[in-house]
Amino acid sequence: MSDNLKAYMDNGAGKPVDPRVLDEMNLYHTEFYGNPASFHSKGFEALTALKTARERVSSLINADPKEIIFTSGSTEANNLALIGGVRRYKKRGTKVVISAVEHISVINITKKLTREGFTVQLCPVDEHGVIKLSELEKLVDDDTVMVSIMTANGEIGTIQPIKEAAEIAHSHEALFHTDATAAMGQIDLDVRHSDVDYMTLSSNDMYGPRGVGALYIKIGIRITPLMIGGGQEQGVRSGTENVAGIMAMSKAAEIAQEEMAEESGRLSELRDALIKGLLEVIPESYLNGHPMNRLPNNANIRYSFIEGEALIMSLDDVGVQLSSGSACAAKTLEPSHTLLACGLKHEEAHGSLVFTLGKNNNRRQVDYVIQEMPGIVHRLRAMSPLTPEELR
Amino acid sequence: MYSEKVLKHFKEPKNVGEMKDADGMGTVGNPVCGDMMSMYIKVKDDTIENISFKTFGCGAAIATSSMTTELAKGKTLDEAMDITRQDVANALDGLPPVKMHCSNLAADALHEAIKNYKENKEK
Repeated sequence: MSDNLKAYMDNGAGKPVDPRVLDEMNLYHTEFYGNPASFHSKGFEALTALKTARERVSSLINADPKEIIFTSGSTEANNLALIGGVRRYKKRGTKVVISAVEHISVINITKKLTREGFTVQLCPVDEHGVIKLSELEKLVDDDTVMVSIMTANGEIGTIQPIKEAAEIAHSHEALFHTDATAAMGQIDLDVRHSDVDYMTLSSNDMYGPRGVGALYIKIGIRITPLMIGGGQEQGVRSGTENVAGIMAMSKAAEIAQEEMAEESGRLSELRDALIKGLLEVIPESYLNGHPMNRLPNNANIRYSFIEGEALIMSLDDVGVQLSSGSACAAKTLEPSHTLLACGLKHEEAHGSLVFTLGKNNNRRQVDYVIQEMPGIVHRLRAMSPLTPEELR
Repeated sequence: MYSEKVLKHFKEPKNVGEMKDADGMGTVGNPVCGDMMSMYIKVKDDTIENISFKTFGCGAAIATSSMTTELAKGKTLDEAMDITRQDVANALDGLPPVKMHCSNLAADALHEAIKNYKENKEK
């Protein structure tokens, strides 16, 4: 295996930081290190930086700079939106509706809300992982305080109809939150067009550093803070601002805005070549997620009769890194709730692989994976008692 | 994270395959849980003369299957019945805690195969 054939295809789990972003971040660690609250020139530098950062991030999603609250990441933004939102508006109702394929952070936050007395309902999805709007209409009523539907699913790539979902929420005066983490830097995000009240934004998903994220909160929409302190971020999120991280995230947003159209086009082509190639060379393999309406970087393929962690280990051995929907690769020992929600059986979910492409991937790597996969799948299938005779 | 021994037994498992003329066979686990193992044994003079396995499952499932066949080969049936999950894990320089229960079933499959052999013999 030569170095240029190593293929990291787990960009949904973690991305490298763009060197341009890193340069910007370094400046704010070493030169413009003042506290934005300080009333002197070093403080003003930092305060100006925050203003720039808010402009850049808001521009990416067609928001107003005042609508951006920086956090420590997507998980905190999800906590702030869901817990802070329903606490602030609890007089409006007792029900929270989320999709059955939300990220684990949203699912676990709503479990906490259940303990606070809210009723949480899951909106089912179809076989491609798209929320059923007709079911959402039935679930949302005048007792619903919040609806949260992700913009796109990072595991199966499926893009959700959030504009339509927001409309349903608003028709019952419920708030609408969307976790846009997996979609960051890949598809156009427009909070005005989609008419969302809260949107979770990630930094690392667009090649910014980890440890920073943001929540969009529509002007006029309120929230109960979770973090109490010096009243930073309009009092919504206290704690001295992570100016360097915030500037880095905003630089990543600026780059994403400039380069997204071209890069998403390139990734879509790679993705389609990967999906087509893999399905062609291996029998009893299937695409998970939506065939067309999916994130440019995502391919999720299911292999019958074998298990995902064993696939990951075998691929890692030939220099390819990715994720799986298998229970064995997860902390919970449960297969992916997303795949199960799409109607897959447990044994089917166990054999699923998640490829998430990124800037560092190219056609040669895609061809390399397509070349390596048949041998790996065949070896594991030959070992499996489930494999039918003709596939051994 | 797996030990070097687990990785080695995953990459180059010993005694893989179905045994057409097995004297005893045992299967444990199920595909719903993500792990399923079959052990086949050939017995001569109350000793496991030959053994093989087929496994559906994660890296630990495959490595423990391979290690179990290595531990059991050449042992008397009584000795093989005494091989425990812990013995298998120890022989692999340990397993991650979450894998101890779900994927470490190979010793059970071995015991089932021995029971199956004894049942076949009584018939």
